[in-house]
Amino acid sequence: MERLFYSIKEAFRLIITLDSEMLGIVSLSLGVSIAAICFASLAGIVLAYALAFRKVPLKAFVVSTMNTFMGLPPVVVGLVLYLLLSRSGPMGFMKLLYTPYAMVIAQVLLALPIITAMSHASLVAVRPAIKYAAKGLGASDAQASIAVVRYARYGIISSVMAGLGRVMAEVGAVLIVGGNIAGYTRVMTTTIALEYDKGNFELAIALGIILLLIALILNSALYMYQRKVYR
Amino acid sequence: MNIVLSNISKSYNGTRALRECSVAIEKGISTAVIGPNGSGKSTLLRIAALIEGPGSGKVSYGEFRSADDVKKLRQLIGVVLSGDTLFNDSVYDNVAYGLKIRKMNKNELRGKVSDMLASLSLSDKAGKHAMELSSGEAQRVAVARALVTEPEYLFLDEPTASLDPLNTEIIENALQEIRALRRMTIVTVTHNMFQTKRIADRVMMMYEGKVIEENITGAIFDSPENEITRRFINGIMVY
Repeated sequence: MERLFYSIKEAFRLIITLDSEMLGIVSLSLGVSIAAICFASLAGIVLAYALAFRKVPLKAFVVSTMNTFMGLPPVVVGLVLYLLLSRSGPMGFMKLLYTPYAMVIAQVLLALPIITAMSHASLVAVRPAIKYAAKGLGASDAQASIAVVRYARYGIISSVMAGLGRVMAEVGAVLIVGGNIAGYTRVMTTTIALEYDKGNFELAIALGIILLLIALILNSALYMYQRKVYR
Repeated sequence: MNIVLSNISKSYNGTRALRECSVAIEKGISTAVIGPNGSGKSTLLRIAALIEGPGSGKVSYGEFRSADDVKKLRQLIGVVLSGDTLFNDSVYDNVAYGLKIRKMNKNELRGKVSDMLASLSLSDKAGKHAMELSSGEAQRVAVARALVTEPEYLFLDEPTASLDPLNTEIIENALQEIRALRRMTIVTVTHNMFQTKRIADRVMMMYEGKVIEENITGAIFDSPENEITRRFINGIMVY
């Protein structure tokens, strides 16, 4: 019990004193996850729109695959990516293994199916009348498509938040392709795992608290946004 | 510019909604399109309003071909569709949509939206979300956002269906006021024969994907030439 209290007290001390090692880990985590979520959102929303409203070859297969891959085990993604990026792999020449870029790619692969599948579900729920209404008010085809995406924006934002939650909490894939190198590829989740192994709970608890706080802030912002509109 | 639809056919999943339908809609005239459910009225309206392309056939506005000039022509059009078609936004943003598309400056936009909301008794609803409105209010917003752009061509698909007499009157009055100010071409799909007599200069009767009779309103109701038209306007089953 004494150790638990000591660890919690030390964790808060690290947070309050803005420990430089901790801040470096948090900023790298945020940088990797935000970059990944930007790429995954852009690709996922465009893909979801195409799957919802355009003629896409093997549409049913792609939708089923995206739905299935929502539960993709991160270690499997990490393993496959490791094999592709390792020196003897087909993409080894790019020398991306054990870099933050490899971590971004891994997180994109994890977030993409979630954002695509959830955005697709939101978009197909928009009645054709909304697109017709936009065109009937003078919108071009592209503007009418934006009106449809805007109509589904709460579901789409939720999908992005779910994707962000997934990548920020994920440990297996970034550990394999990032290598957990101190000051270079060490992020919050991999540090927590490492510090737990070492029996040093202070930094692990501090990072756990920050991780929860970030999730709380993001979800509260989404909730406030939705309430503002539906008040 | 008259609107001319030539040999229009349209199918949905193998079901033919329009069958080589040819129609000319005169500029500046209010035309009502009547007919039983499934006769192709709404499809005709969506194609004439350039919302949907025809499966085959041609749509032209004067010398402009819809296929070539759709972007330009859509700027001249306002449409009110049946059912809930409001955007997931406030009443103000819904009404402002068409003006934003046309890149109107903010001050002018604000003035136009306020005037239009007032003319449809919606001034106190401007800040409300579209989902909070009653069906009558929602339909008035749909009419307001179509009228605010001052379209030359206005297409209305059952604009007062399932509305009470008060909401119907507000909408019809707003349309009549605007028509008195500007010569606007109006096409209204309706099942309401009384409304047809009140608002239409001409009537088109549709049946099984074709216009089977067209005439001035008085003539259609007093002496319909087609037996199906006669039965329909007298409330006799035509199925």
